[in-house]
Amino acid sequence: MPPTINTNAISLHSEAVSNDESKDLAAFSCPVPLPARERILLGHGSGGKLSADLLRDVFLPALSNPVLDRLEDQAVVGLDGIRLAITTDSFVVKPLFFRGGDIGSLAVHGTINDLAMGGAVPLWLSAAFILEEGLPFDTLRRVVTSVQQAAAKAGVQIITGDTKVVEKGSADGIFINTTGIGRVRDGVSFSASQARPGDVILVSGYLGDHGIAILAEREGLQFETQVNSDSAALHTLVAQLLEATHEVRCLRDPTRGGLSSTLNEIAASSKVGMELVETSIPVREEVRGACEMLGLDPMYVANEGKLVAVVAPLAAQDALRALQGHPLGKDAAIIGRVTAEHPRMVVMRTSLGTTRIVDMLAGDQLPRIC
Amino acid sequence: MKYLDEYRDARIAHALAAEIRQRSTRPWVIMEICGGQTHTLMRYGIDELLGDSVDLVHGPGCPVCVTPLETIDRAIYLARRPDVTLVSYGDMLRVPGSDTDLFHVKAEGGDVRIVYSPTDAVELARAHPDRKVVFFAIGFETTAPAHAMGVLRADRLGLKNFSLLVSHVLVPPAIRTLLRSPNNRVQGFIAPGHVCTVVGCREYEDLILEFRVPIVVGGFEPVDLLEAIRMLVIQLEEGRAQIENQYVRSVHYEGNRPAQEAIARVFEVADRKWRGIGSIPGSGLFLKEKYAAFDAERVFDLTDICAQEPAECISAEVLLGHKKPTDCTAFGTRCTPDKPLGAPMVSSEGACAAYYQYKRHLVTL
Repeated sequence: MPPTINTNAISLHSEAVSNDESKDLAAFSCPVPLPARERILLGHGSGGKLSADLLRDVFLPALSNPVLDRLEDQAVVGLDGIRLAITTDSFVVKPLFFRGGDIGSLAVHGTINDLAMGGAVPLWLSAAFILEEGLPFDTLRRVVTSVQQAAAKAGVQIITGDTKVVEKGSADGIFINTTGIGRVRDGVSFSASQARPGDVILVSGYLGDHGIAILAEREGLQFETQVNSDSAALHTLVAQLLEATHEVRCLRDPTRGGLSSTLNEIAASSKVGMELVETSIPVREEVRGACEMLGLDPMYVANEGKLVAVVAPLAAQDALRALQGHPLGKDAAIIGRVTAEHPRMVVMRTSLGTTRIVDMLAGDQLPRIC
Repeated sequence: MKYLDEYRDARIAHALAAEIRQRSTRPWVIMEICGGQTHTLMRYGIDELLGDSVDLVHGPGCPVCVTPLETIDRAIYLARRPDVTLVSYGDMLRVPGSDTDLFHVKAEGGDVRIVYSPTDAVELARAHPDRKVVFFAIGFETTAPAHAMGVLRADRLGLKNFSLLVSHVLVPPAIRTLLRSPNNRVQGFIAPGHVCTVVGCREYEDLILEFRVPIVVGGFEPVDLLEAIRMLVIQLEEGRAQIENQYVRSVHYEGNRPAQEAIARVFEVADRKWRGIGSIPGSGLFLKEKYAAFDAERVFDLTDICAQEPAECISAEVLLGHKKPTDCTAFGTRCTPDKPLGAPMVSSEGACAAYYQYKRHLVTL
């Protein structure tokens, strides 16, 4: 039997609130009321500034505690001398099936990855299904089979679950929530607040594949692409990285909001600047082309099988070799470094040798009209 | 990417920048008209490459930015009507009206859809005869042909539930207003390549005759813009004022005739208000009487919806190139893309937003 974990720790995503701000927030005893006319916008779920506002204004004032306030991708709690990582994530992807994956495998990979980014070995998952009235049985069977296969391949078990059915129109086919528990490796402690000037920034491969694969299948945006979602469980890649070096400061998976949001969160949390080299950032030709056509920037497009690592300067080459030696990291690259200059800002050295800011998005990325 | 990477080539860009720096005997004041060009200049830091050899000022060519506040209020009014589906390009949704934006109206339950093309809006109207589908038709001469085709198609299909909320502006009248301004500093223009792809170069020759100012039609990639700037600097140094075409891979002297004919069939020219600037004579396109049944302003009688713009914003001076975004005391502090005080900060192609998005690290706020 798995142990029953009773903890108040809740892992929320969208971690753009700086440490200073979260300290100020601890002083509040009740949720700060938003002006009555404000409503939830789609942008509040985009992983950008609006998501951070939601955390700062609604969730943290009400739910603050030392574990939650760390705002990592996973909560790490101690129990009888064992450090456990706990994380939860909900999946509402549309369409349910896309090139390179589906909502079932995504729900397994996403939660495993949030555990892996905390240096944990994933052990158990829960899976809760919210089903819309009228959903074909066949669709559900396909998704559940995909959950089973993804979990088996990753070596984790689904040990508890739940099903709810809502009226037609109250959900969009299937929503899935997964919660994961893992055991944090001894001696490992990653945090977005640990980046130091001089550290080196790596990504494990091509950016933007997932977002473009999804967009290609959205209604009204018919374009042909050979790009597959990169949806994958990254825990074995992390294991290989940690075998090569102990000098990893921070790991993150740049999901919604893309690389830009992830790096801005780390820069804000660590109170450091970052300088990226545009020509070193791996983006597939097809993804660049789709982004050009749609007026999007690959820096903001979602990934579901990539990690960003911030490592100590001397460990950079070992880390790069370790990532490149794994099938999921073969296209890994060093993309920049952490600086003391322009704290909390991510600056890109452009292909022309000039500089520009890579900002956090306010909400969803919007196509430009011309 | 073929046909794109060549125009982002660092070696060519540096060679062009070096030539501009070498040829320029004084800091010529050059304005790019189009917001897409402003975006490229800032994104690639072309101002950094040129140093003091050229003073780049940014023009009014961001259609999202110059759409009047009251037009946005009218779109918001329509989106709130239970019988209306409001269809728009994505970047209009975040633009604040007097008290809210279309994203919030959507969250309140308004039926607001994003499309890439007006023909998608026509299809929506055809598929949902019970809905009144209004397409928010904004833009310069570039988007006008597609909007005209949308109207013609809806007319051919006999649709009674499709209309356009038109906010179309024209480039040459805006340049004329700018050149007539007593504070004008601009000595040469990069004309907008996409607009000229449609309308050609003829109208710009009239401006040259009237004001003796050199104009080069430019593209949108870094090498395009550097080449256009080089051509302008050569003209200025030689004391010439001519129309030249840098964007030859897209722009023909006569423009695109079928596109011009589509515009002329559906639209007529009249005075138009620009957000941040005011009314400019002959600067707007309006639906002709023949297509009144497709004009949302007339179908829904929107004339009562008026709005006043905030007074503290210096957007007119920015849009006309008298001042740079960073000259504004509110830039980056009281005025940001999240809470814009005025037009040039509302869309990513607005000059203030482009400076904020890409250049904040070089400015002391």
